Amino acid sequence: MRTFNEADLLSLFSALRWTVVLVALALACGGPLALMLALMRSSRIAPLRWLAAGILQLVQGVPLLGLLMFFYFGMPVFLGVEVPALVAVGVAFTAYTAVFLGEIWRGGIQAVKQTQWEAAACLGLTRWQQFRYVIAPQAFRMALPPTVGFLVQLIKNTSLASVVGFVELARAGQMASAATFQPLLVYSVVAAIYFALCLPLTVWSRKLEARLNGAR
Amino acid sequence: MTLNFSQLWRYEDLLAQGTLMTLLLTVIAAGAGTLIGVGGAVLVRGGPRPVRWAIRGYIEVIRNTPALIQLFIIFFVLPSLGLRLPPFEAAAVALSIYFGAYAIEIIRAGLDAIPRAQLEAGQCLGLTRWQVFRHIVLLPALRTIYPAFTSQFVLLLLGTSLASQVSAEELFHVGGFIESRTFRSFEVYAVICAIYFALVMAFKLAFAGLERLIFRWPMRR
Repeated sequence: MRTFNEADLLSLFSALRWTVVLVALALACGGPLALMLALMRSSRIAPLRWLAAGILQLVQGVPLLGLLMFFYFGMPVFLGVEVPALVAVGVAFTAYTAVFLGEIWRGGIQAVKQTQWEAAACLGLTRWQQFRYVIAPQAFRMALPPTVGFLVQLIKNTSLASVVGFVELARAGQMASAATFQPLLVYSVVAAIYFALCLPLTVWSRKLEARLNGAR
Repeated sequence: MTLNFSQLWRYEDLLAQGTLMTLLLTVIAAGAGTLIGVGGAVLVRGGPRPVRWAIRGYIEVIRNTPALIQLFIIFFVLPSLGLRLPPFEAAAVALSIYFGAYAIEIIRAGLDAIPRAQLEAGQCLGLTRWQVFRHIVLLPALRTIYPAFTSQFVLLLLGTSLASQVSAEELFHVGGFIESRTFRSFEVYAVICAIYFALVMAFKLAFAGLERLIFRWPMRR
């Protein structure tokens, strides 16, 4: 048995890289999907709206842990292929990000008054131009605070990847805790690292929201 | 590979048991968390300064760290304080503390949304203190809180799956157990997710129905 030392701390920080990779991956893959879902939800074509709403209800109705297990253990067995951990976990977080961000962005889009669409249409803009130049800039301002808030949720929830053995910050903490038998110390350090990562974002999100409310 | 759900039916009782435990965990954490939420919201608005700071600190710490790590800390730390709780109880404590932090914020926002002038208007109309509280504070605040609170409840229901990580015997833990027996990971997690989905849908429908019932009057959004 040994005590928690600098080497352990270093291993936590090196595992933190993978937490960041996961977050970046989820945003890079989930972001475009989220935009697509948000646009489908505000589409004029009813079946598109229904499809998007169905996907949303489904993914929001199961635990993230379930998604992770399903894509990590279930899918490879079903498809009969070996899937690298990063891919399986990445797919789960992509799905998670897509539906939650999609719902936030839909809220932003729908908070822009219908008359804005109509005004843009009167100017002869195509449907895409209406969205791109008139609706999106206004929706962006409104959706930014909750988007940053979601980022905090995402960072925290990447800790669930530890459950399938993906070595990110939480998993590195578990290993250090098992090696040193100092769970309180190790998990406090891990929590502190997450806290240092999330608090600035939370504060930023709150500031953005206050500014938005002040502008109204 | 072919799908084979037949092996799962032998574990019907276990799945039912796990579902019940998940519901129990959700209800306990939501109940205790709401109590924390009400108390915390009142104190954070009008308590003495050190108390307000302490509550703000509690909210920030809980909301900016992963629930999984909170669960581990409580599970591993309580014993060293001489309180040896079984996994289920430890998970209930951790989830209550977790839900409480979110509940305080939601309830505080609901109370903040009631303009002072509205209270004064009530008093001017000669309503008693109780009538003012019931009609002018409680009902409008509940209406403001309702959507955020119910969606937080659903997130809590899904979040109870974390308790499986300290081997509390709720639904997700049952899933892991069945998987280790049958090696049918695809089918097992499909079924487990379907049960969570059914629970979530049932609660969402119930909440929507309740909303219509309670907030019919005055004015709907």
